[in-house]
Amino acid sequence: MIIPHPHLGPRDACEFVYKGDAELVFRPERVAPVDYDTFHNYLYLRQNPAGAHKELWYHEYGDRSWLVVTRNTQTHEILKVEFASEYLSGQKDRKSNV
Amino acid sequence: MFRLENRGLINREKRLNFSFNGKKLHGYEGDTLASALLANGNHLVGRSFKYHRPRGIFSSGSEEPSALIQLGLGANTEPNIRATTIQLFNDLVANSQNHFGPLEWDFMRVNDFLSPFLSAGFYYKTFMWPKSFWEKIYEPIIRKAAGLGKLSGEPDPSTYDKGFLHCDLLIIGAGPSGLLSALMAARGGAKVIIADEDFLLGGSLNGDHTQINNDTGVNWVKKTIEELISFKNVRLMPKTTIYGAFDHGIFGALEIKTNFDRIKSDKPRQVLWRIYAKQSVLCSGSSERSLLFGNNDRPAIMLSRSVRQYCNRWGIIPGKKISIYTNNDDGWITAKDLKEAGCNVVMVIDERPDIIAPIKNVDYRLGKKVVETKGSLRISSIRLDDGTKVETDCLAVSGGFNPNVHLTCHERGRPQWQEKNQCFIPGKTPKGMEVVGAASGVFDLNSIFEETTLKMKKILSYLGYKHRKVIKLTADHKPYNVSAFSKSLAKGKVWIDLQNDVTIKDIKIAVQEGFHSVELLKRYTTLGMATDQGKTSNVLGLSVLSILKNKPIEEVGTTIYRPPFTPVPIGAFAGRSRGKHFKPFRLTPSHQWAEQRNAVFVETGNWLRAQWFPLAGERTWRESVDREVLQTRESVGICDVTTLGKIDIKGRDAGAFLNFVYANNFGKLAVGKVRYGLMLRDDGIAFDDGTTARFSEDHFVMTTTTANAVTVFRHLEFCRQCLKPAWDVHLLSTTDHWAQFAIAGPNSRALLSEILDPKIDISNESFPFMACGKVSIFNGIEARLFRISFSGELAYELALPRRYASSFMEHIFEIGKKFNLVPYGTEALGVMRIEKGHAAGNELNGQTTANNLGLGKMVSKLNDCIGNTMSEREKIDGEAVLKLVGFAPTNKMQSLVAGSHFISKGKPAKLANDEGWMSSVAFSPMLNKSIGLGFIKAGDQRFGEKVDSVNPLNKEVIEVEITSPHFFDPKGDRLRG
Repeated sequence: MIIPHPHLGPRDACEFVYKGDAELVFRPERVAPVDYDTFHNYLYLRQNPAGAHKELWYHEYGDRSWLVVTRNTQTHEILKVEFASEYLSGQKDRKSNV
Repeated sequence: MFRLENRGLINREKRLNFSFNGKKLHGYEGDTLASALLANGNHLVGRSFKYHRPRGIFSSGSEEPSALIQLGLGANTEPNIRATTIQLFNDLVANSQNHFGPLEWDFMRVNDFLSPFLSAGFYYKTFMWPKSFWEKIYEPIIRKAAGLGKLSGEPDPSTYDKGFLHCDLLIIGAGPSGLLSALMAARGGAKVIIADEDFLLGGSLNGDHTQINNDTGVNWVKKTIEELISFKNVRLMPKTTIYGAFDHGIFGALEIKTNFDRIKSDKPRQVLWRIYAKQSVLCSGSSERSLLFGNNDRPAIMLSRSVRQYCNRWGIIPGKKISIYTNNDDGWITAKDLKEAGCNVVMVIDERPDIIAPIKNVDYRLGKKVVETKGSLRISSIRLDDGTKVETDCLAVSGGFNPNVHLTCHERGRPQWQEKNQCFIPGKTPKGMEVVGAASGVFDLNSIFEETTLKMKKILSYLGYKHRKVIKLTADHKPYNVSAFSKSLAKGKVWIDLQNDVTIKDIKIAVQEGFHSVELLKRYTTLGMATDQGKTSNVLGLSVLSILKNKPIEEVGTTIYRPPFTPVPIGAFAGRSRGKHFKPFRLTPSHQWAEQRNAVFVETGNWLRAQWFPLAGERTWRESVDREVLQTRESVGICDVTTLGKIDIKGRDAGAFLNFVYANNFGKLAVGKVRYGLMLRDDGIAFDDGTTARFSEDHFVMTTTTANAVTVFRHLEFCRQCLKPAWDVHLLSTTDHWAQFAIAGPNSRALLSEILDPKIDISNESFPFMACGKVSIFNGIEARLFRISFSGELAYELALPRRYASSFMEHIFEIGKKFNLVPYGTEALGVMRIEKGHAAGNELNGQTTANNLGLGKMVSKLNDCIGNTMSEREKIDGEAVLKLVGFAPTNKMQSLVAGSHFISKGKPAKLANDEGWMSSVAFSPMLNKSIGLGFIKAGDQRFGEKVDSVNPLNKEVIEVEITSPHFFDPKGDRLRG
């Protein structure tokens, strides 16, 4: 696969390390009283869509950026690539909800 | 000789010697092994997989199912090589496979008479009982009888390499459509790669007497290649098979560099290329298929187009009485060319009753079928359905053509049925791939040229290149016509898959037993498996299945193809990454120094570390290790700990960041201090541990374990970028930049004082336990000093720029003589940490929590950090969980074994009574006995209790006493002194 890096252009997937579902960036914060279910859901429950899937890729053999890659799991088509930090800043509402 | 004068694209000036089954033969430059064998009259080249039937050369290309030979001798040997794909070279050695005794008189041919019993599923059904017979008796016999070539069992002496190529347009196949595509793209200025598996570019044109624009096809090929070579933007790659189409325009290619010619050289024999192409054009042509009739597998029954190619391209007379059996127009072209070459064509049989014979100067039968053949080691006669018997020594068969759609399927594209030409054509192709020529199901050259020109215009404009006018090509081709598949099953022993010995009967059995689906049929009968992947057999199999299921072929479906298109040697995938090159060692800065002192090294991850330093007279490793421990604890020792991961952490929020990534509190760590840190995963499992030093408000230096240096850094970047993107934190890996040495023992301070520059005070008052600071040594070399101790001694870790490490070792040992300074390796390091009860990799094994490690109280209850919340789960946090404790044998003479499991006294040693395991053991020279660390349920409340340490591998049981893990100096007086 080729992942178009936002700064470095098209890069072979072998330069990256895959982590999985991009939902991992929405880590709940520990606030009293501690809600264990929320943490449980964050850690163990994932969507496994056949189709567009936002996932985390780390450009380890490159600029060490964590990217949110939207990939069609059926065709491997790369639909969108963003820096994780930029993706997060576009999802501020989401972040405050958890 | 079976060679025609003045015919063929071979160089008769250049004679090449080779041997087959020890017989000395010769061919010419331009021959393949198959053509050279045929030129010597050798049709019989092997025995079949299961029934040991005599088998000959069936085709002339990579689709070959039966002419598999063992190439080369000794370590160089390669099994199952298709004789049709090997370019002949001088002194080639080939041997036939899969026979016992001479090829002509194989003792295993008895299997052929037993064939009624050996059909599909025979092995599954027969060799079931008794169960114990399978491994020792049945399997070895079956493997010996049913098999192909043999491996040498020695390392492959060839060199393989890997490379990367980039292009605008990859053209797969250099036949008429491929060459035309390349020419158009080259003239337009696109960066082009054109690859073909053959050593001679030109595809079918080299084997045909086609006329293109009033010139021969062969001349058109020559002129086109000459022009292509003149372009700088074109790379021609003969002998290069595109074996796979992968996502986003990435292709795998195998280039044969030296023709299996094993002249000693460090040059690679084969190169595995990864080709990145913006667009690709598949011009892979088509493969001919056979027809179904009784005993259709005898040597000298060959595909019709291949017979024609042997005649035209290699100048071979394939037989003295050749007959042709066809269901389409192409068989007649073979007849015509053979006649022109002066061969004796005894009869053409065409299944189609209602055609006009294209040539008249030959005996022919229309609307007739071949039903049976005779001949033992070679075909001798055929019988037609009207009873006519024809003496023949070579039968050319044409059952129509299958487009080579393989690469279009590599991204799960499913071929579609084309009724007109009775073949599967490409379905959905991978993105950016166009299919032209015979591969797209177009079989006459004029249509192919037209279609190619149209599609190439589109591709070039898509790529942004100009289309320059190309002269219109016209060939003397007529449209192609083929009859539909037979609606009734052929009778007798009818082969479908020559490679796997699959007959019509096998398919019948499979269907009877419920293996209806194509995918199941393939796996049950092995139809279409192995080196040829069913290139000649798959569609024939489907036609039989369609009769048996009484459904049209397009409803029966087809299996799809996966990479590779043809076999790729494992050696090519490995490339130069063989042996130690597969995973090169990382060497510590003191490696050379340690090597000169005869250190024994151990692999830890990628690193090679000194394990111990034997002295003259020491007979066992224990003697060396015990001495290193005793000398360190008595005076002073030094150990290279550079391999620990080092991460520089800077920024305004660096302190908060550490507080977040470590489970224990880091917020209040004072500048100039070091703290032990435990890192958890978010699920509460221990991930890594190490120390982190604070050099200033916003500058920390973290160490990680050797094994996790990479994963911790990755994890920290994840935390920084994905979880705390607003924080000001910067990370830098400095593992390789700082050499780090542990200097441990009661005299470590005195030794250090001699190398530190004057006025640096490291007295216990000004530089206490867990202090850190920037220092300088040996007159101004910057260094970092940490007062930390893994050994439990008064100890320091000194970090200095790596380039000084070697001379540092020389100097410190010169100065250290008066302190009896000893170098110690990882083994002594391990002994000392076990004596102190420190956890290491064996304990942080991905199953254990802070609580298991006895560090539960460290985990922050207040702030949010990775892992603390899930650590509070009941099963992790309970009282009865496994706890890290110490174990000592009640009989001092016994040695503990790591990996042993604990069972309470009096209980039988079985899984249900398992209470934990021993994780680390060592012989403690300080206590003069074997000691161990391990996990046992509620261990911290069971000190003094005796349990059994059970090693089921050798049925050994050792009684041990549960103790504190701190065996030596439990109060830590030494390290604070």
